[in-house]
Amino acid sequence: MAARSPPLKILVCMKQVPQKDAPLKLNESGTWIREDVSYEVNEPDAYALEEALRQREKHKGEVVVITSGPARAQQVLREALAKGADRAIHLEDDKFVGLDAFNTAKAIAAAIKDEQFDLIFTGLQSDDYGYAQTGVILAELLGWPHATIIMQIEKNDTGIRVKRELEAGYFQFVDMPTPAVLTIQSGINKLRYATLIGIKQAKTKPLRKVTLGEVQSAIGENLQKIEKLYVPQKTKKTEHIEGPPAEIAKKLVDKLRNELRVL
Amino acid sequence: MPDTILVVVEQREGKLNRVSWETITAGQAIAAATGWTLEAAVVGAAAAAPEVAAKKVAKVYAIESARLNPYTPDAFAAALKQFLSSKPPKLILMPHTYQVRDFVPKLATAMGRTVISDCIGFKHESGKLLFTRQMFQGKLAADVSFSSDAPWFATFQNGAFRGDKAEEGASAAAVETVNVDIADGVIRNNPQEIFKEAKQAVDLTQAEVIVAVGRGIKEQKNIEIAKQLADALGGDLAASRPICDSGWLPMDRQIGSSGQTVAPKLYLALGISGAIQHIVGMKGSRTIIAVNKDSEAPIFELADYAVVGNLFDIVPPLIEEVKKAKAGS
Repeated sequence: MAARSPPLKILVCMKQVPQKDAPLKLNESGTWIREDVSYEVNEPDAYALEEALRQREKHKGEVVVITSGPARAQQVLREALAKGADRAIHLEDDKFVGLDAFNTAKAIAAAIKDEQFDLIFTGLQSDDYGYAQTGVILAELLGWPHATIIMQIEKNDTGIRVKRELEAGYFQFVDMPTPAVLTIQSGINKLRYATLIGIKQAKTKPLRKVTLGEVQSAIGENLQKIEKLYVPQKTKKTEHIEGPPAEIAKKLVDKLRNELRVL
Repeated sequence: MPDTILVVVEQREGKLNRVSWETITAGQAIAAATGWTLEAAVVGAAAAAPEVAAKKVAKVYAIESARLNPYTPDAFAAALKQFLSSKPPKLILMPHTYQVRDFVPKLATAMGRTVISDCIGFKHESGKLLFTRQMFQGKLAADVSFSSDAPWFATFQNGAFRGDKAEEGASAAAVETVNVDIADGVIRNNPQEIFKEAKQAVDLTQAEVIVAVGRGIKEQKNIEIAKQLADALGGDLAASRPICDSGWLPMDRQIGSSGQTVAPKLYLALGISGAIQHIVGMKGSRTIIAVNKDSEAPIFELADYAVVGNLFDIVPPLIEEVKKAKAGS
């Protein structure tokens, strides 16, 4: 009889970001946005969580979620617990918002130093910064192998086989050992909804808070700085087509025929 | 001695990725602004070095090791760290490709440095170098500076600079081969052959007219009206990633960094917000018409013609007008 495959302990790094359609306003110094917006979970991170839950369903184990941010970021953890994560870690402080990717990764590494994960997932990038770095930096800090933009994960005898997404419809399978860090691409799976039972159970699941003070010695000064945040200057000349729909349709066809010569 | 800018070009299986010319153009522009010297490096593909040396660069390095093929992040980070530690440039530039994203944060971290990624431009103000990048899916822009010591790492977005504007050199630059040592056990990943998924049924790069749908289409069944518009215009149907992720259209209809990059005569974006990953796949279109009910949608930054409104109100009469115009002519 084949030996039972050992369970998987998976950490999912999740970020809270402004909602996609939230109107953003600049703060007074023009270096960040005003915080009075609605927030949601970073979409790729939701896919990362879903993937972790599916791996646990297949192989048994534990799914732990972590986020760094102010008190409001706890919502992301609560939702993850409601969907089925086993426990959560909240690096809680307003100052975590201003840390660059390097420091965020250092804070996460410090918070999990006594744990023994087999896999760490992050979304491939965040919808607010869009740097696509934190997961890769974390792998380097931990000394672990990593792979990015992952669309499939299969456990095998030597570790895992992952499917990397490349540009223009190309893909590549990579065999790698564990423990490993993977950055997860959206669309890897279909997201589940939290059930009412899940929401109820979430209330009693462990949520450990980690203060900035506890990880302060691990982090340093930011290595880069946003000097200015601003509304982008429009370089393109855009013509607005206005009026009731029937009129817009006529105007557009007029453009298509006479200016663009498409008709 | 002036500082050095190093452009690390990208190669795939020995052939230069043409996006590398865009990074050379960027490097030449920053060199002109700062007075720094521009050099280039090819990693694991010495055969591609002469092509790079034909551009206006001071020198080209061919970083070599048998272990650089096939690409792995461990090998590339180790090779570049070794090379960069011996002669650290001030600034290292790369194109923001999926491969660069896979290793450059690792490389920078190993050197205790940082990367400003996916930049769309730069500024040189009062002797300070700033890198401009989009934030919040293009809604805002940021000028970012380095507060660390050199070397500084920055990656540029596809299309931020024009590859055809890369200046040729008056004569070929010198090429120096640098052999690097990648020790046993450094490489942990074992990559397999690169492949294309299911046979691509439609080649959107050849389409003259594209009608693309985004999340604003709301439901799969609504794609039908976009298809009718595409048919009426004699064009092809395409989509942003979330539509393909949901399985509403096959992956070969995807426009964006993971899908196809197109530059048709006409790109009609319906209910597409204009996320960066989508924009990079269509910003070269000759004419862009965008329909979206959110007047703040980033797609309107790019659009030649903007319709702020409900696509479900606008598309049906548009189909009728297009059919009328075609029947009439």
